[in-house]
Amino acid sequence: MKPETISTIEVIITSVIRFWPVWAALAVSLTSGYFIRERLGTFGRLYGSPVGLAGLAIVLFWVFTALFADVIAVLGPLEQSFTGGMKKAPIGTIDSESGILFLWGADNLARDIFSRVVYGSRIVLIIAPAATLIAYMVGSTLGLPAGYYTGWIDTAMSFLANLVLAFPVILLFYLLVTPEVRIPTMYNFGLFEVPWSIPIGMAALFFLFPIIFLCLMWWTKYEKAPQKLMIRGGTTLVIGLWLYVGLVFQSPIAPLSLDPNELNVFAAVVLGSSPGVFRIVRGLTMDIKTRDYVAAAQTRGERPWYIMLWEILPNARGPLIVDFCLRIGYTTILLGTLGFFGLGLQPESPDWGSMINHGRSFVRLTSTIHLALFPALALMTLVLGLNLLADGLREESLKD
Amino acid sequence: MFMFILKRLGTMILTILVLTLIVFYMVNLPGNLEKIAKTEGNMRMTDEQVAAWLDKEGYNRPFFTRYGEWVVGTVQGDMGFSRTARKPVSEVIGQRLGLTGLLMFWVMIVMVPGALIIGVLAGMREGSRLDRGLSVASITSTSAPEYVTGIIFTVVFASLFRGFEKELSWWPEGFYLNGSAATAASKGITFYNFALPVMTMAIYGMGYIARMTRASMAEVMTSQYIRTARLKGLSFRTVVLKHALRNALIAPFTVIMLQFPWLLTGVVIVETMFNYKGFGWSLVQAAGNNDIDLLLAISWVAVIVVLLTQLISDIGYAYLNPRIRVK
Repeated sequence: MKPETISTIEVIITSVIRFWPVWAALAVSLTSGYFIRERLGTFGRLYGSPVGLAGLAIVLFWVFTALFADVIAVLGPLEQSFTGGMKKAPIGTIDSESGILFLWGADNLARDIFSRVVYGSRIVLIIAPAATLIAYMVGSTLGLPAGYYTGWIDTAMSFLANLVLAFPVILLFYLLVTPEVRIPTMYNFGLFEVPWSIPIGMAALFFLFPIIFLCLMWWTKYEKAPQKLMIRGGTTLVIGLWLYVGLVFQSPIAPLSLDPNELNVFAAVVLGSSPGVFRIVRGLTMDIKTRDYVAAAQTRGERPWYIMLWEILPNARGPLIVDFCLRIGYTTILLGTLGFFGLGLQPESPDWGSMINHGRSFVRLTSTIHLALFPALALMTLVLGLNLLADGLREESLKD
Repeated sequence: MFMFILKRLGTMILTILVLTLIVFYMVNLPGNLEKIAKTEGNMRMTDEQVAAWLDKEGYNRPFFTRYGEWVVGTVQGDMGFSRTARKPVSEVIGQRLGLTGLLMFWVMIVMVPGALIIGVLAGMREGSRLDRGLSVASITSTSAPEYVTGIIFTVVFASLFRGFEKELSWWPEGFYLNGSAATAASKGITFYNFALPVMTMAIYGMGYIARMTRASMAEVMTSQYIRTARLKGLSFRTVVLKHALRNALIAPFTVIMLQFPWLLTGVVIVETMFNYKGFGWSLVQAAGNNDIDLLLAISWVAVIVVLLTQLISDIGYAYLNPRIRVK
């Protein structure tokens, strides 16, 4: 029996309706943002640039989709339909047994593509910004001294950055995620066991940087106020290390832990994007350190790290915010690339890259193109939104 | 200038050595070697047999001795034996590079002029409607990585040219390079099997170059000498074509050269997607099948390509822009 389908126009209308929580949230946030735009700084001025605002709206669309995924999605990301003929079901098919509408069709395992794309936004919108943030911490912690001191520190660090940049990203990924490299060996330290592999080692190094970065910030700011320093530094260290042992070493005492696959992806993506951050931070530092307020701080006898973190970095925030938006997009593309080659998360995970990878073998037949088309469009719109937003922000900040 | 090039070459060689050392280390981890022994011998080898096999093949010698040997061999042109292709690596690499070179050639032919024209048109009158339209278009193209454009193009062409399906029995076969045509590369490259891969790759890089050209063009258009030329009474067209263009194209030149590392990733994606058996495709194959010698050769060739383009872009920039002569 051929399953019942609905027409293309109905599919489009239903798609729009299904995202209703997102539209509501978008309307609320954008209108309320309009009324307090004066207080929002650069983001408030986006209301003056249609392109930037469109970018913001697209990004927010996916953010809200990720937030309300449970409401929007009809089925779970891994739920299969066992009705006959539902495998690779075309767009707008109605499951004859459960009566559920498979709006964007079903994949080769009869899972609802709509729900998977919606749930996939969660994964993408957590990993991409988080990895970019860590890459930023790594890049700034290394780029600030390189640009500030120059000399041999700069030469050495730039060499390292160029080393990573000269390496084809794809090859790097392939090398990092082959099972022989990534399967951890356990090292027993008497009291506890520590898993170790090259990606875990890399993650151990990279995840250290946020802690170092924050501690340096508190130390330079509150050096003369030991009480504040103790409180802030202490909290950072305790929470940071607590998260650290969980994220890197899968310690059971920590609140969060990462699956080994996710850890690999994180390590690979951070490694791939931190040299870029390093370069831009270094360049900005070299530019800003010639300013008068830096000279003033130097004359006051401030520590170099105070000047770097509290004088140079805040004044570099304009270009850095723009670059951050662009870089999230780039990280999303990288994640997709990993997924495309099947190197990323678990194969069944609904992240867009993996979905594209699964669907691409079916793209050659007109009847099954939807398997890869929808995740591809989702990924493209998110990156497009981020790029438009970055462009709008850049233009608005240039107006100063 | 000579000292500068010499210094850069020194850094380049150091970079290549360090990177190949890392790759060499990673592909020679014990797990990998065991797997090779088992695929070469038989899957049910005991640990002793594996050790004996590795001893016999010389995998158990000190790491740096083997790395040194590999470097000497590579410099002399002997890159080892590809276990998947059953051919010397140098032969495989040569053939694959040729195929990829052809693809890159067409990509460049499509991408560079297109990008420059878009960039110049957009940057010529900053803020105009044409500028806005072209800018949004180029941002869109940079937001769609190869694996997205590839799919979208396939979908669009599949539904547009449904007619091909009948004519070519199963249209993707005719539209892409299919397996046999690609390996032999003798069946010729036609518009039908080359258009999609080339377009997919060109579009992604095009937006980026166009945006750089636009920025540089817009900057030049606000400079004093352009204003002087306009005030002198030259027509807009003469100013753009004769005065602005020359200076505006310096920056995109570097960007185009620096696109190569990026294109390299693109090559891997596009070749995998369209089953074009070039350099990127062999990378995936070598990595998937644990072909150590091939993987090593691919990595150093890729690194050299990236570094050489960086060098050329630096030298070219200094050469084109007399204000930035390197001390």
